[in-house]
Amino acid sequence: MSVAARGARVRRGALSGTGPGLVLLALLPLAFLAVFFLLPVGGMLLRGLAPDGALDLSGFAEGLSGRRIQRVIGLTLAQALIASAISVLLGVPVAYALYRLRFPGRGLLRAMVVMPFVMPTVVVGVAFRTLLSEGGPLGSLGLDGTWAAIIAGLVFFNISVVVRTVGAAWEGLDTRAEESAASLGATPLEVLRTITLPSLLPAILSAASVVFLFCATAFGVVLTMGGLKYGTVETEIYLQTAHFLDLRTAAVLSVVQLIVVLALLALVARLRARSEHPQRRIGASAAARRPRRGDWPALAVTAAVAAYVLAPVSSLVIRSLHRDGRWTLANYRALGTTGDGNALLVPVWEALRNSFAIAVDATLIALVLGLVVAIIVSRHPRAPLARRGQAFFDSAFMLPLGVSAVTVGFGFLITLNHPPLDLRSSSILVPIAQATVALPLVVRTLAPVLRSIDDRLRQAAMVLGASPWRALLTVDLPTVWRPLLAAAGFAMAVSLGEFGATAFLARPDMPTLPVVVFRLIGRPGGDNFGMAMAASVVLTVVTVAIMGLVERLRISAVGTF
Amino acid sequence: MADAPRPPERSGTGLEVADATVRFGDLTAVDDVSLQVAGAETLAILGPSGCGKSTLLRAVVGLEELTSGTVRFDGADMAGVPVHRRGFGLMFQDGQLFEHLTVGGNVAYGPRRRGVDRAEAIARVERLLTLVGLDGYAARRPATLSGGERQRVALARALAAEPRLLLLDEPLSALDASLRGRLAADLRRILATTETPALLVTHDHEEAFAVADRVALMRAGRIVQTGTPREVWAHPVDAEAALFLGYSRVLEAREAEALRAAYPSALGASAGQGRDTAIALRQNALRVGDGPLEAEVITVAPALDELRLAVRLVDGTELDAVAGLVEPVEVGQHVRLVLDESAVARLP
Repeated sequence: MSVAARGARVRRGALSGTGPGLVLLALLPLAFLAVFFLLPVGGMLLRGLAPDGALDLSGFAEGLSGRRIQRVIGLTLAQALIASAISVLLGVPVAYALYRLRFPGRGLLRAMVVMPFVMPTVVVGVAFRTLLSEGGPLGSLGLDGTWAAIIAGLVFFNISVVVRTVGAAWEGLDTRAEESAASLGATPLEVLRTITLPSLLPAILSAASVVFLFCATAFGVVLTMGGLKYGTVETEIYLQTAHFLDLRTAAVLSVVQLIVVLALLALVARLRARSEHPQRRIGASAAARRPRRGDWPALAVTAAVAAYVLAPVSSLVIRSLHRDGRWTLANYRALGTTGDGNALLVPVWEALRNSFAIAVDATLIALVLGLVVAIIVSRHPRAPLARRGQAFFDSAFMLPLGVSAVTVGFGFLITLNHPPLDLRSSSILVPIAQATVALPLVVRTLAPVLRSIDDRLRQAAMVLGASPWRALLTVDLPTVWRPLLAAAGFAMAVSLGEFGATAFLARPDMPTLPVVVFRLIGRPGGDNFGMAMAASVVLTVVTVAIMGLVERLRISAVGTF
Repeated sequence: MADAPRPPERSGTGLEVADATVRFGDLTAVDDVSLQVAGAETLAILGPSGCGKSTLLRAVVGLEELTSGTVRFDGADMAGVPVHRRGFGLMFQDGQLFEHLTVGGNVAYGPRRRGVDRAEAIARVERLLTLVGLDGYAARRPATLSGGERQRVALARALAAEPRLLLLDEPLSALDASLRGRLAADLRRILATTETPALLVTHDHEEAFAVADRVALMRAGRIVQTGTPREVWAHPVDAEAALFLGYSRVLEAREAEALRAAYPSALGASAGQGRDTAIALRQNALRVGDGPLEAEVITVAPALDELRLAVRLVDGTELDAVAGLVEPVEVGQHVRLVLDESAVARLP
């Protein structure tokens, strides 16, 4: 036998069963990503940039020179930057109070602060409008429809991302480094500046970048609160495609958005790599302590944030219980109708049923794919090629976070409309689009748990005669089933509230609840607005109930980045 | 212990590793290693951390790819045989018990994977728990066990699968000293009872000597010396090996002249005759008493049952020595020293 042949045989032998198996496994989500993400997005871009089959980049010069477009891009960046800065400034003290201190009511506060993240974007927009509109509790501020109001809405929506991500990191931080610093003469503020914040920097950077992403691609909040006056790139893409049918400008905007997002992700990855160093993690409860006198600023911020979260929600609830200035349940009774002047094709309750059915499908798809992706990205391959492949795989499935949901939705319509993939009239498109949005969140929930499993435990099972699949069942499944359940709830809540892609894809006779809410507030007639409020409350109650169940599973990775 | 599980009669050649090399990029972790474990013997691979011994072990189990070379068992090439079909057992340093299963569930895991029916698996669990001294622990959860108990369960779990070869990765290192001694003796007895051939890797020479029939010294990816524990201990292959094996000082030929002159028969021809060899001394090789060597005490450090001294010979050579606790020795005092010949090794 030649030396080369022998070498090849040895290499194939060593870990057979796992290596090729994993590669095969990876094909499933990759195929999904290719067909339901790259194809539509690519098709959309191609349609805009090469309408006649030849690449025509003049659209960039034209599109980007327009005053309106420049304004939209500037506004989007400024808006996202300001909103993320405020979210971080408010979120970090709240993370401290809710994850490092122990006091009565902490659990309730945690649940409350996290609630906005799963609230449907359209509902958040509506809630703020009831608060700020003329006749609303804060109507005298004259903020309705202003830029400041949009930023307030974005902060409301994203503060929980910062609290959860930074809180989870802070909760497990070993206090002994801080105690050593204090014993060396550092004041509490110096400890915070020199020890604690540098340790938390990777988490803060992650949270800030994801919040920036969410703000820069925000759709539902902006559309309901600012109309088209304060458009972002995302709403502008919507406007250009759905109303002006100007695909070229829309494609240019999508490309600009994609470039900004990719540049940001790369920058953050570099910053993280530089600020990250191995840290000892400790049990969560060990570090929490009772508040001391020096903690009052953090507690004050927490109380303010809690009020900030509660105000629009309670305003929404109160408004939903009013009609013509009187307390009534009429708005809720109207949910069985199609609204004033038949604003809707189906009653709201049926839309809720649609939402549920679609969310269940979307959740199943996101869970299966997310589990596969999480298993693959949580392995520790040695070969440099395998590691690079893994890193690529990991970031590929984060892409949907940063690409306009509107682009995806519209891309579906224009690329999946001819055989063999003629899915335009199929009802499976909506769950697939929602699964694409929920997939990164599922992966982010499961991967850290799987990564924390000592690889030697799987090896122990294999040495005892378990096949690689059996080892997966023995070792990974018992650890991962609770996070899996949590991820399912999370994906479900996100699907129920998804608006950007669904707005394009939902068939008129089978709308989801957020689509119905948006339609109702766009129809004149006081009764329709009241109905929209009631529907928003129903949608909020459903998603918050699901997240309440998820919270009970105590999986800290849910909603962290 | 007649009811202890026995592997089926084997007439094979056991484990044969030939020219095994494992590279990670530029780093050669295992460098052209060949070794054999035949019959029911236990071979210990002894070496400092980072010498490649764990990688070698993982390569034998099939968890690591060989860059070149072969691993055979009873003549059959193991290349291409996945971990779970090799029939080898592996016991980790920290047990790696399945926390969601009971102790019994952990021990029964291997037999169940190999198609043993439930009743037989339960019987085997009882036999093995008795063997490792954990009678009646089957229903307990791993989380309720002490470190020593966990390692006993890990051993029982590895043996319950009736492995053709048991690999042990620093099985006692995570335990405290007194427990380690007891468990080492038990381990040796259990391996002998079950007639399981074993390959043990460790950095602790006492652990290796307490458990193994043969020892292979490994350094920087290579095996540098093989033999019975006694042979290896009495004749370290070089100065580095001697220091690793617990000798406290190695004297170059020139430094050893005074010692050689005093004990020519034990330490061989004296220097200057063209046969210069270095000498390795254990801490207790020289004892204060009525001997031929004269020295001045430089330092005195008390230990549990003796005094540990540093002394200087008349020619200026510094050596270690011990003194009893009965007659106090003080710094600056002149003493006479006796050599314990069994605590000295002549290096080749």
